[in-house]
Amino acid sequence: MSSTEASTPPSQRGDRVFGALAKGAGITILVVLAGVALFLLVEAFPALTAPASELPDGKSLIAYVAPLAFGTLLSATLAILIAVPLALAVAIFISFYAPKRIAGTLGSIVDLLAAIPSVVYGLWGIVVLGPAIVPLHEWLADHLSFIPFFAGQASATGRTMLTVGLVLAVMILPIITAISREVFLQTPRKLTEAAYGLGATKWEMIRMTVIPFGRPALISASMLGLGRALGETMAVTMILSAAGVVSFKLLTATNPSSIAANIALQFPESSGIDVNVLIASGLVLFAITLVVNMTARWVIARSNLVNA
Amino acid sequence: MTAATAPGSGRTGTFSQAALPDWAMQVVMGGAVALAFIGIAFTDVSPALLVIVLAAVSAATIGIWAGTVEGRRKATDRLATMTMTYAFLLAVAPLVSLAWTVVSKGNGRLDLDFINHTMRNVIGEGGGAMHAIWGTVIITGVATIIAVPVGILTAIYLHEYGGTGRLKKAITFFVDVMTGIPSIVAGLFAFALFALFFGPGVRLGVMGSIALSVLMIPIVVRSTEEMLRIVPNGLRESAFALGVPKWRVITKVVLPTALAGIVTGVMLAIARVIGETAPLLVTVGTIDSLNFNPFEGRMQSLAVFTYFEYKTPGVPPEPSFDRAWAAALTLIIIVLVLTGIAKLVQRRFGVLQAR
Repeated sequence: MSSTEASTPPSQRGDRVFGALAKGAGITILVVLAGVALFLLVEAFPALTAPASELPDGKSLIAYVAPLAFGTLLSATLAILIAVPLALAVAIFISFYAPKRIAGTLGSIVDLLAAIPSVVYGLWGIVVLGPAIVPLHEWLADHLSFIPFFAGQASATGRTMLTVGLVLAVMILPIITAISREVFLQTPRKLTEAAYGLGATKWEMIRMTVIPFGRPALISASMLGLGRALGETMAVTMILSAAGVVSFKLLTATNPSSIAANIALQFPESSGIDVNVLIASGLVLFAITLVVNMTARWVIARSNLVNA
Repeated sequence: MTAATAPGSGRTGTFSQAALPDWAMQVVMGGAVALAFIGIAFTDVSPALLVIVLAAVSAATIGIWAGTVEGRRKATDRLATMTMTYAFLLAVAPLVSLAWTVVSKGNGRLDLDFINHTMRNVIGEGGGAMHAIWGTVIITGVATIIAVPVGILTAIYLHEYGGTGRLKKAITFFVDVMTGIPSIVAGLFAFALFALFFGPGVRLGVMGSIALSVLMIPIVVRSTEEMLRIVPNGLRESAFALGVPKWRVITKVVLPTALAGIVTGVMLAIARVIGETAPLLVTVGTIDSLNFNPFEGRMQSLAVFTYFEYKTPGVPPEPSFDRAWAAALTLIIIVLVLTGIAKLVQRRFGVLQAR
């Protein structure tokens, strides 16, 4: 649209060089992304072909990665279940309930949650949040243990899947909130005014115009949040007391680890084939997040709502 | 739909409906929040329990009060208002708690000794994060040097040259995909790349920089593109009309106009990656002494320093924990300063207002 061609430029060489540079930079990005996939494949290859007996614990690669993938999905799902309703409510609050003058500031405050380094979240989860919700753990384990998720002996340190889910939810909240706010602002004014004109209360207006209008974007925002939660490393690494099991119990001291956390824990002390195995698990993580993100982008593109 | 069209209450026939006093919501919610603060600060009641009970009680108060005075629809509306407000407070609570914890635990150790001593030969108390601060600055600096030209040029290609071509579509799509790469995968990529040439034991500062630049590039592309989009087309076309070649138009007219916004974007990108731990953990490793050379040997960084001081404390552990918190505080201060400067640049020098 803006690439209006100058009809007879005095110096074509400069143009050609600069254009090629810009194009080259764009292609570099494609090459880098292909490189990520390729180099991970190359380094993972020895682990893919090695017999099970040479791999850690003598298990096959699939048996090694599966519990980790399970933990990754469990923690991320938990985070999404907590974060999406909360982020939606926060976005609605900032867009429609907060005084207009301070709405931008409130948005920046929520965005600050995304600026905090994950290692700090890890420390905070261990020292503050975990101990603070031990009573909640105990209460859930005492009264709701008939629900499989809350079965088992409650952890005394709070370093559980539930705590990790909460911390991840806090970390992905800003991205979901930011995208939701952007879409809410685009709700056609005639729809909202029409709702008010029919005598709707504010909440009825939001429920009948804003949320249906923004639904596709909300879904993709949640998926982007999911992608981030899947790949989040340090908070899980530090907070979770992981035992490499497959378990739906959220409150106990034996939890499944996640792919990313396992890499961060094992990598510094690994050598030989173990490194290749870890890289292979990283490849699995890459594939999972790639699918999630591409689906999210596809939903956005299809709904054609946001170009964010 | 039926809820909206149904009459709200039985009080028809007058133009004014009975309503709660204006202060009702403020007083009930304010009271609940105040009680929550008092309860958390001065009693031993579990904060989670306290918050749940207070939220339920205040919701019930407003629900029943508004329900009897104003009718069901208004009561629902008020409850929705309350839910959204509480949700916001709940979302901000971790930020407040986090800031309070890091500042109160970190400021004891964050002094001049901390920023001009390394951990070389330090056992127990003392020591500092000078090596980590330098490492963070150097690694992030090199990452910026790699990511910024690539990012800005790509944005220029996408917006000024790409037109509607297939390549443009592909790049746009994959930049979006790149935004979602987990940071640890970026680290593994840098490791795999260097391990192919230097063997599996290699740990270099520049490997971390490459990992971080993979995370930075999409952020820089996105923000720069956004800024180029709001440069008025009239500026470009007046320059073209004067016979200026396209690349001169871009470098002399378009980029200077968008500069403040681009700088803001770059600084936010730096703020975003400077606190990364995982990619540095697998590429740069950790070390106790100062290393200025990103092309040789391991380096320390603030985030990794924080992690290891906490994970492998000495005996007794307290000095290590104190250093971890001080490093975390340093990191947060750096991130906040960068974010603050970015916002300031945008406000002070931004010719263009984004939206």
